[in-house]
Amino acid sequence: MSNPPFLEVRGLNAWYGESHVLHGVDLDIREGETVTLLGRNGAGKTTTLRAIMGILRRREGVIRLRGKDLLGLPLHRVAQTGIGYVPEERGIFASLNVAENLMLPPNVSDSGMSVDEIYTLFPNLHERRTSQGTKLSGGEQQMLAIARILRTGAKIILLDEPTEGLAPVIVQRIGDVLVALKKRGMTILLVEQNFRFARKVADRFYLMEDGRMVNTFPGHELDARMDELHEVLGV
Amino acid sequence: MSTIFGIPAPALYGQILIGLINGSFYAMLSLGLAVIFGLLRVINFTHGAQYMLGAFAAYLLLTYAGIGYWPALVLAPLLVGVVAVLIERFMLRRLYGLDPLYGLLLTFGLALIFEGAFRHWFGAAGKPYAPPAQLTGALNLGFMFMPIYRGWVVVASLFVCLGTWLLIEKTRLGAYLRAATENATLVQAFGVNVPLLLTLTYGLGAALAALAGVLAAPIYQVSPLMGTNLIIIVFAVVVVGGMGSILGAIVTGYVLGVLEGLTKVFYPEASSIVIFVIMAIVLLVRPAGLFGREE
Repeated sequence: MSNPPFLEVRGLNAWYGESHVLHGVDLDIREGETVTLLGRNGAGKTTTLRAIMGILRRREGVIRLRGKDLLGLPLHRVAQTGIGYVPEERGIFASLNVAENLMLPPNVSDSGMSVDEIYTLFPNLHERRTSQGTKLSGGEQQMLAIARILRTGAKIILLDEPTEGLAPVIVQRIGDVLVALKKRGMTILLVEQNFRFARKVADRFYLMEDGRMVNTFPGHELDARMDELHEVLGV
Repeated sequence: MSTIFGIPAPALYGQILIGLINGSFYAMLSLGLAVIFGLLRVINFTHGAQYMLGAFAAYLLLTYAGIGYWPALVLAPLLVGVVAVLIERFMLRRLYGLDPLYGLLLTFGLALIFEGAFRHWFGAAGKPYAPPAQLTGALNLGFMFMPIYRGWVVVASLFVCLGTWLLIEKTRLGAYLRAATENATLVQAFGVNVPLLLTLTYGLGAALAALAGVLAAPIYQVSPLMGTNLIIIVFAVVVVGGMGSILGAIVTGYVLGVLEGLTKVFYPEASSIVIFVIMAIVLLVRPAGLFGREE
């Protein structure tokens, strides 16, 4: 625990219009760590990701990536600090084909995966590279949304419910991809409802409720805390 | 003399050519409007004035600086583009995220100011602007005589439309533009400077209008109200093609120009309303326009 956190969030408050949605959120992620946010719908998980990215603009508190303040940056400067975002709705563009979608986000470092590596990891995307982006299946769209961030050389990836609505075999595939990313040293902040999926990849969990962080515990304690979680999550 | 459907052939060809010329301007202007609307969600009522400013820039460059047609083809769009960039930076930008009505009111007000100022300075009468010496005279096509300048306008507008289309559909910059049209926030979150993209897009749209204005100067004369007369038709073209559709704007521009020309031959009484009748029918049958996507 001696290393300073890679991503550091302190006392983060955020508002949608007049509505106060995050209340003093604290969050630390160390380099190479995979952290999963758990919580009910509406607990503020997606909002936390959007506030870190700067998509949600009305914020107070501290957000630092590798010591660099993100809160004061305009939205288009945040990605260049090395942070990549995979939104819940995936954000595949209908007016771009698969290859154009893949090439869309500008590089943020030169350590990203090459297009060849990506096509090896995701052969489907190569096969369908000239198809309209939104003609892909849900699973392929999710792969594309992840792949385009891997291409940019981002050091940390914010993943919002990557398995939502996908078939088990695809969920398995995405899990494999995340494990491979961890091996490459990628830092991952994951929002996930699927315990079985999260258990496989998460080093640590944060539990959110009503826009607050209520608990954090290491990944291996997940099973022991199932009863507590079921109560908070209502699942 | 040969006739087609009882119409003398030269009259028919003549009107088709006029239709193609008008269609060239419809296409170039509606293209800029469609690009601007697609990304900025602003209905740019200044577009007609920017077309007029382009023509006037060419006229003033010639009259006061002795700068001729060919340099004006580059300089006039550049000047009008710079003015548009300033308008976007200092005025339009403040209205993003508000009701689109505000953008419409601002650009409409600016159009009135530009047109009023130029009428005050130069009067309402048209100023002649001679075509360049290389493009005077007429070409015998066998079935008709075509003034060379008019042929040039059709060819030049096709190149301009094709070039713009390629820029938007085939380049990295165009991919940013298309993606930002769908979801500007996400594109900006990926690290693309979307505010700059908006500024450049508005400047490019206005520059396209100004280029059309320079091309139009030798045909229609240069007058402060030349844009007002055209812009209403161009809006109808954009609606028929589908708001925000690039290809729709181009194709619809030429087709409606020719249809209007043909109407002048077969039923002249309807020629000034035919485009609006088509617009009404399209709105009834396909509210998103012929090439538009339902949202």
